[in-house]
Amino acid sequence: MSARLHAFANPARFLRLARRLLPWTAALAAICLAIGAVWGIGIAPPGKPPPEGQGETVRIMYVHVPSAWMALFVYACVAAASAAAIIWRHPLGHVLARAASPIGACFALLTLATGSLWGAKMWGAWWVWDARLTSVLILFFLYLGHIALTHAFDDPARGARAACILALVGVVNLPIIKFSVDWWNTLHQPASIIRREGPAIDAQMLAPLFFMICGFTFYFFSVWLLRARAELAALRTRALKLRLLAS
Amino acid sequence: MDGIGRFLEMGGYAAYVWPALGLTALVLAVLLIASVRNARRREAELAQLEAELGRGDEG
Repeated sequence: MSARLHAFANPARFLRLARRLLPWTAALAAICLAIGAVWGIGIAPPGKPPPEGQGETVRIMYVHVPSAWMALFVYACVAAASAAAIIWRHPLGHVLARAASPIGACFALLTLATGSLWGAKMWGAWWVWDARLTSVLILFFLYLGHIALTHAFDDPARGARAACILALVGVVNLPIIKFSVDWWNTLHQPASIIRREGPAIDAQMLAPLFFMICGFTFYFFSVWLLRARAELAALRTRALKLRLLAS
Repeated sequence: MDGIGRFLEMGGYAAYVWPALGLTALVLAVLLIASVRNARRREAELAQLEAELGRGDEG
C-alpha cells in the first residue's frame, strides 16, 4: 500500500509546470482558433462549384481535418503515457493517459459527425463501411474502452494496467487509419496536405486550416493539463483519506 | 443584410455546414467547461482536506 501511495506522491514539479504552461497554451488556443475560424469560415474562398468542386461544403474541412488530426494525435499521447506508465513505471503515466482519453473521444466523435454531414452532401450517404470511416469508428470505440477501463474499478490502480494494455494494442490502428486511403478503395479523398508532391489544397485554404490545426492542438494541451491537475488532486485526496483511515 | 444572408446560406449548403461548425464549437465548449469545473472542484476538495489535516496536526 505504501509503495502505491508513494508512486503518486509529490507530483509538485509537474503541477508547477502545468500552472506555468496553462495560461500560454490557453491564450495560443484562443488566438489561433479565432483567426482560423474567421479566416476559414468568413474570408477564405469556397471550393469550385459542384459537381466538379465542393462549393461551400469545404468549410466543413476547417473543423473536420483538425478533429481527425487530433483524434490520432491524442491517441498517440495516450499510448505514449501508457508506455511510460507500464515500461518505466512513471507515476504520471496513468494520470496523463486517463486525463487525455476523454478529449480524444470527443475529437473522434467530431471527426465522425462532421465527416458524416460532409459525406451526406458530397457522397449522398451519411455513412459507408469503408476503410477510413470504419477505422476511425474503431478508434472512437478504443477511446470509449479506455475510459470505461480506467473508471471500472473503485481503486484506480487496478483498471489502470488493463487500460494501458488496451491503449498500447490499439496503436496498431493509427497507421491503418493514416494509410487506409492508400491501401483500400475508398470514397474518402486521399491525403491532400502531407504528401510528396506538396499540399493539394490552395494556399488560401491551407493558411486558415493551419491556424485551426494549431488552435485545436493548443486547446488539447490546455484541457489535458487541466484534467491532469484534477486527476492529481483527486488521487492526493484519496491518498490522504486512506492515511486518515489507517491512523 | 444581403451579404450576411448570403453568408448564412453557405451556397445552399447551410443545413450541412452550420451543424458541422456548431456541433464542433458545442462539444469543445462543453468539454472545456466540464474540465474547468471538475478541476476547480477537485482542487477545492483537496485544499479543504489539507486545511483540516493541518489543523489536526497543530492540535
